[in-house]
Amino acid sequence: MFDYLQYVRQENFPHIWCSGCGDGIVLKALIRSMDKLGLSQDETVMVSGIGCSSRTPGYVDINTLHTTHGRALAFATGVKIANPDLNVIVVTGDGDATAIGGNHFIHAARRNIDLTVLLYNNYIYGMTGGQCSPTTPRGAYASTAQHGNLEPPFNISGLAIAAGASFVARGDVYNVKKLETLIGKALQKKGFSLVEVVSPCPTAFGRRNRMARPVKMMEQLRDTVVSVEKWEKMTDEERKGKFRTGILKDIEKPEFTAEYAKLIEKMRPEE
Amino acid sequence: MSNDRPGKVRMMQGNQACAEGAIAAGCRFFAGYPITPSSEIAENLSVMLPRLGGKFIQMEDEMAAMGAIIGAALTGQKSMTATSGPGFSLKQENIGYAGMAEVPCVIVNVMRGGPSTGMPTLPAQMDVQQARWGAHGDRGVIALTAKSAQETYEQTIRAFNLAEKFMTPVILLIDEITGHTTEKVIIPDASDIEIVHRKKPDEDPENYLPYRLTDECVPILAPFGTGYRYNVTGLCHNETGFPTNDSHDIQCLIERLTRKIEMYEDDIIRNNELMLEDAEIGVFAYGSVARTAQAVVRMCREEGIKVGLLEPKVLWPFPAKAVFAMAQKVRAIVVPELNLGQMAREVSLASECRVPVHKLGRVDGRPIPPQQLVEKIREVV
Repeated sequence: MFDYLQYVRQENFPHIWCSGCGDGIVLKALIRSMDKLGLSQDETVMVSGIGCSSRTPGYVDINTLHTTHGRALAFATGVKIANPDLNVIVVTGDGDATAIGGNHFIHAARRNIDLTVLLYNNYIYGMTGGQCSPTTPRGAYASTAQHGNLEPPFNISGLAIAAGASFVARGDVYNVKKLETLIGKALQKKGFSLVEVVSPCPTAFGRRNRMARPVKMMEQLRDTVVSVEKWEKMTDEERKGKFRTGILKDIEKPEFTAEYAKLIEKMRPEE
Repeated sequence: MSNDRPGKVRMMQGNQACAEGAIAAGCRFFAGYPITPSSEIAENLSVMLPRLGGKFIQMEDEMAAMGAIIGAALTGQKSMTATSGPGFSLKQENIGYAGMAEVPCVIVNVMRGGPSTGMPTLPAQMDVQQARWGAHGDRGVIALTAKSAQETYEQTIRAFNLAEKFMTPVILLIDEITGHTTEKVIIPDASDIEIVHRKKPDEDPENYLPYRLTDECVPILAPFGTGYRYNVTGLCHNETGFPTNDSHDIQCLIERLTRKIEMYEDDIIRNNELMLEDAEIGVFAYGSVARTAQAVVRMCREEGIKVGLLEPKVLWPFPAKAVFAMAQKVRAIVVPELNLGQMAREVSLASECRVPVHKLGRVDGRPIPPQQLVEKIREVV
């Protein structure tokens, strides 16, 4: 059995996440990916914003930076540019990254700076009590959408692709092995890499949307997830109510800190 | 500023002097966002930093620039951002974070007129209280000021030194006049400049506590990547750096954030005094207005009115002792400033009703000319 203890801060357990929350599953997948790649705990920094997912750094025994709401990518940009030798992982949520932090999200992707972003998408503001987020589906119920949400949601992966990220993948906490592979690929990518992780929130989302039982939310994930390969062969009719997981974009393009290193080299006075 | 000090003489505007001072202080990371009248600081550093192996980045907004310098500072770099009024408002969230997490960094605010977008190209001193109370929550604040390009150079260096020494964000408040006036600056030899670096932990990682309670009240944060793995958060935390709800730990933390500045007040505060010894009227003036006040002291003395000047170099912590000492000597205090009495309020408090405190506030985007201050002093006499 995999030994997680080397990577966690045992003194901070039990964690704050509710029963049935997917966040712990992402944490374990991340730890296994880090271990497989042999990432040095001393040379890895995890930066987060505010929200349930953003509490992840407290549990991981690396350099951890829990920042202000929405700003994790801004802080992470400073860490990475100041010391490009550090591996920088950003943990954020749908509200943190695409509402209050939306500007930082698109610009970090555009800049193509070498950050690995794990964005836990649970379609809701969990920590503050179930208010609707930019990814809450139209018609779904939230504590600030008690008559049903009127707004159309963001497609987070699509947003990152359009903004210029070099690696974009979507995973989910039901298909854990696949999630682990996607996180591993994102960690290895030199450039802005996003893994959007669809993760259930039975407490704040499920209870308001006829899915109070965590198992029911997991079953729903199982039944609605389609691999990108299969997705390509499906008709629009078959795609209805489903979403695809896998690698959605993987290209090579100039990475910011590498370009900056070249600039410094060019500016160096002749010996 | 005297002409006989050693160094290289150059002509530059205050904003460029700020950039030069930052480089001299060891700043190797700048993140900013364009805003008048501070943009020349970013422009100069975008040229200078890569030549020295340093990093410059123009971020997507003011909050991001402030966040980026905190991130960079945690890797051990000396970091700075520069802005003006509206941008200073936007940065407050993360300035508060840097105060809470005790991350050293420098924020320069080249003040323009407000409220809101106000007067982008005209001077004001309307952000002096915002520098103290702009971010929510209780904590000690260090804010410096400067009245010339020379002082901007020197105070930028001092801002870094104080940030590193006390592990706190330090604010430098200059105004549009100082930022955009081109004048002589004497750049000293590097060996003549005092440079302070933050302390490094002397215990091994197993025994390290980032926010260890000590008599000094100042934490020692190891740069990320050096083997000391710890947590930094804007939540109330204990010595370990992890969030806590323990009432005793929280009380200790918040009291310490204020005490760690208060207990070093005498080290931090610096004032210039001009002819205060026998003065009957005291003037309290800072920033570009202090230059007007210097001229006015001489003009009034020629008329036979005994005027003296107290010119603070540090606005926060407020020089209450010096103001109280002045209040015991003079018959009245006049506070000219480019706002409607933000510092006059502090002067009133510090003088403990010993003497009347008269405000002279100008908020039309124009400097206070000497004649206006002379007239005010005559009126008071």
